Amino acid sequence: MIENQSIYLALSVVLFIIGAAGAVCRRNAIVVFMCIEIMLCGVSIAFVTFSRAHHSLDGIFMVLFVMAVAAAEAAVGLAIFVLMYRKHGSIDLDKFNLLKW
Amino acid sequence: MLEFVVPALNLKAILPQLLLALTALTVLLVDVFAGKEGKTSLGALSLIGVVAALIALILTRGSHESAYAGMLMADGFGFFITLIVCCVAFLSILASMNYERICPEIRAGEYYCLLLFAAFGMSFMGNAGNLIMIFVALETMSISIYVLAGFKRDNLKSIESALKYFLLGAFASGFLLFGFALVYGASGTLDIVKLGSFFTAHPDTLHHPMVLGGIALMTVGFGFKIAMFPFHMWTPDVYEGAPTVVTGFMATGVKAAAFAALIRVFFVGFGPLQADWTAIMWVAALLTMTIGNIVAISQTNIKRMLAYSSIAHAGYLLIAFVVGTDLARSGILFYLLAYAFANIGAFSVVSAMGKKGEEYSELSDFAGVGFKYPFLGLMMTVFLFSMAGIPPAAGFMGKFFIFSEAIKSGYIWLAIFGVINSVISLYYYLGVIVRMYFQEPEREINIVAPAGTMIAALSIAAFAVLQMGIFPSYIWDLARESVKMIM
Repeated sequence: MIENQSIYLALSVVLFIIGAAGAVCRRNAIVVFMCIEIMLCGVSIAFVTFSRAHHSLDGIFMVLFVMAVAAAEAAVGLAIFVLMYRKHGSIDLDKFNLLKW
Repeated sequence: MLEFVVPALNLKAILPQLLLALTALTVLLVDVFAGKEGKTSLGALSLIGVVAALIALILTRGSHESAYAGMLMADGFGFFITLIVCCVAFLSILASMNYERICPEIRAGEYYCLLLFAAFGMSFMGNAGNLIMIFVALETMSISIYVLAGFKRDNLKSIESALKYFLLGAFASGFLLFGFALVYGASGTLDIVKLGSFFTAHPDTLHHPMVLGGIALMTVGFGFKIAMFPFHMWTPDVYEGAPTVVTGFMATGVKAAAFAALIRVFFVGFGPLQADWTAIMWVAALLTMTIGNIVAISQTNIKRMLAYSSIAHAGYLLIAFVVGTDLARSGILFYLLAYAFANIGAFSVVSAMGKKGEEYSELSDFAGVGFKYPFLGLMMTVFLFSMAGIPPAAGFMGKFFIFSEAIKSGYIWLAIFGVINSVISLYYYLGVIVRMYFQEPEREINIVAPAGTMIAALSIAAFAVLQMGIFPSYIWDLARESVKMIM
């Protein structure tokens, strides 16, 4: 066990909840995406904490993969946002109504 | 200190996936260097790659090993999922070669490259032996499909569907990952087999809040990918907006891959906890199929209707997941293959209904198609029969295996609800057939004549559907063997 493990875990849960709540409530696509990234930060902190607690490297590897995948996701996501802005003139999620939600 | 052992390079275990990835890269290179004429051969090139992967898969069949330090399980179960994925990719590429003429944007190296990479990810999801691997494979598949969904760059609906799929998909992966983190915290391992032995050795940790929370979050993450109620809301929007061939590809491939990962994680990793998740999944199965079928009735767009029907099919598959015996899991595999052929066939017919720049995907457009385009009408009828579960199509055998196993294991009410739902689904499946053969067209539609590749795709899918329906024993034995060999 490491010192103050519960503090790190609390931080990760708080970050995850802030991210999840933001992703549900905010209407701007970029802000929603940032909130999702905050969720991933929370996840990464949890992985690193558990990795230290269990003296195993798996969790740290997982964090590396999470970061790499998040970068790939950001590239695709921002491209989609740019395309949407060019075609639609807005990335406000409330204004997309061609397809019923 | 921690010791690090470099795992042996076992190329045989990943040969089919390797071929898929190499073909994807080759397609991308050919696209750059071949110039304009070369672009027509991209589809054929990817087709060759998928066939090579399929051959490699069949040649390496029967291998039963864990490779790359347990990251990869080259077992029978992974074999069957890779088989489904290769069939799906093969038919999608054939249909895409025809769809190029209706939607010229997809005539690009990126399209086939992404399609192959998505298939690569799907197949690794079926073979993953570690939660890290599941996550990376899932994202390889998802990120490719986010792009594919928005491939019609000038079509607002397509972009909107990509945006929705991307945001909700990334959101769901967040939940999945936090679930992994909690399970890792409780057990100290990400290896699925070691998770199973950990929970068997330490039954006291089974009901630790961290384990239960982790399982709940993972259910959210996987439930999103298989379109389980209440995480199904994205399905109709994304399926309607995406290019039709891509819709067929993701309706079948993503579902098969996500179910594979779900089965491996839950039955191998959390096997001792089976009694706990059964109650939740029972309700989820019932609601998923009921909501899918009832909402499908009121749809006017055939892509939306098929989207809701795919939600209903996820519900039937969840019945087998709840039952959870070996035979029920073989039923899932059989059903996934039967569903893949029928669904990709139906979406291919819909994708053939169009001319350059215009697609006819309203249900009313199908009026009179049976006589005006007899081949498409006949094929659509076969696929809809299969999805409705009418003999002699494959869907009937799939439902038969799942429902009979549910009754044998004592889930009689679930089987009854499943049969009632199949009856409800008859209404909208037969509705399309009635339109095709017994109604006069409301507006004049002219479609480009289906190319040889489309005719080949539809014939192969229809043959497979009928073959699996009339002589199911070969595939059924294969599915049973595959489930026995899960590691």
